[in-house]
Amino acid sequence: MMNLTLKIWRQKNADDKGKIVDYPVSGISPDMSFLEMLDVLNQELIEKGEEPVAFDHDCREGICGTCSLYINGRAHGPQTHITACQLHMRSFNDGDTIYIEPWRANAFPVIKDLIVDRSAFDRIQQAGGFISVNTSGNTQDANAIPIEKEHADKAFDAATCIGCGACVASCKNSSAMLFVSAKVSQFALLPQGQVEATDRVLNMVKQMDAEGFGNCTNTGACEVECPKGISLENIARMNREYLAASLKG
Amino acid sequence: MSGIFKSSVGRKFAMALSAFFLMIFLVMHVSINFTSVFSEELFNNMSHFMGTNPIIQGLMQPILIFGVVFHFIMGFVLEIKNKSSRAVGYAKNVAKDNSTWMSRNMLLTGAVVLAFLVLHFYDFWIHEMTVKYVQGDMSGLVNPNDADSGYRYYDELREKFVSPARVIIYVVSFILLSLHLLHGFNSAFQSVGANNKYVKSLKGFSKVYSIGVPALFVFIALFHHFTH
Repeated sequence: MMNLTLKIWRQKNADDKGKIVDYPVSGISPDMSFLEMLDVLNQELIEKGEEPVAFDHDCREGICGTCSLYINGRAHGPQTHITACQLHMRSFNDGDTIYIEPWRANAFPVIKDLIVDRSAFDRIQQAGGFISVNTSGNTQDANAIPIEKEHADKAFDAATCIGCGACVASCKNSSAMLFVSAKVSQFALLPQGQVEATDRVLNMVKQMDAEGFGNCTNTGACEVECPKGISLENIARMNREYLAASLKG
Repeated sequence: MSGIFKSSVGRKFAMALSAFFLMIFLVMHVSINFTSVFSEELFNNMSHFMGTNPIIQGLMQPILIFGVVFHFIMGFVLEIKNKSSRAVGYAKNVAKDNSTWMSRNMLLTGAVVLAFLVLHFYDFWIHEMTVKYVQGDMSGLVNPNDADSGYRYYDELREKFVSPARVIIYVVSFILLSLHLLHGFNSAFQSVGANNKYVKSLKGFSKVYSIGVPALFVFIALFHHFTH
């Protein structure tokens, strides 16, 4: 069993200034997930009549992209290619001090404690992250459309982005380009996405800039911290798509 | 098309284009400078050609100055915008685990290179402009009234590297330039959308370029300092 000191960002609401608060926790099993450890802490806080720590979570199996914790200076904690909910306490040592903070970016304002508002991603998606399909019943079966294997694989890889925001949180510029480029790429690589390709990339980049995300300076931190391993190649593809679309427009 | 450079992607593209231009210029610059190591005559002739050719002086030089100024101003503008996109920072942030020092400190390395350029312009460019366009001496001779006095460029170059302090400043600046290029070279390709198996094969070349070109500049400075 492990005894730990947690340094957790507490913030009552969006207007509160917020601060780091220390919480000692004991009897933590190395087999617990990180979120289960927070559940233990919250149970103790509730029993003491204190406000539990608010944090986002849903599937707890690395699929939904809801959990969003900056743990000991890294998005989703010290391991790579996993989300915070897939992180286990065996990654830490007895006696460790662990910093737990929310994603930091102006475009992701803190709602409460460790929960941030990631609706900026939703608005970027609404600006163009879709294809228009006739659903009257005469829609062509997607499996009947021949797609080059390499393109299908790359589109699938891009589509594995769960929109957790770790890319923004890790980037020193709070850039959202890895997320946006994954969404642009997954359609740009497929024939169904070609019809709206020009408008898509222009509108999504425009919305991304309007949300206040920073500029990409190609540090590659986003790629390293992305739980799904979304490649920087997608950003290069988005750049190509954007430049070509700008020339057309 | 008109709004392209107002967008984040467009600004990256513009930065990359200016970077490519400056990287090509560096190759040309170091190639000419390197001739001073083995041939005084060749260096003098090339310097005179570069300093008096109307296309280079009237067209290429203004483009180069614009490229340098644009690259630095755009770099600072982007850095300010990027800094302002995160008003509250992390209490603990371990950036070294996911990115290189060079990639996170392009402004620092760029600022040192900018400071060096001020010295470099003071050392060579302002002097050249004064002699040619203020004093009206386009001869390039040590003594403009003596055709046998020979070109002055080689002697002026060696004179600058007598001072150990100046040589140290040059060496440190080129080390910082090397660090700047170690990230900037590949970053420029990424920004113009070139990141595929062919470009990835350039990564080895990028290291050779980023270390080799500044190292040659350092070698030239040290060579003239120790052989003066």
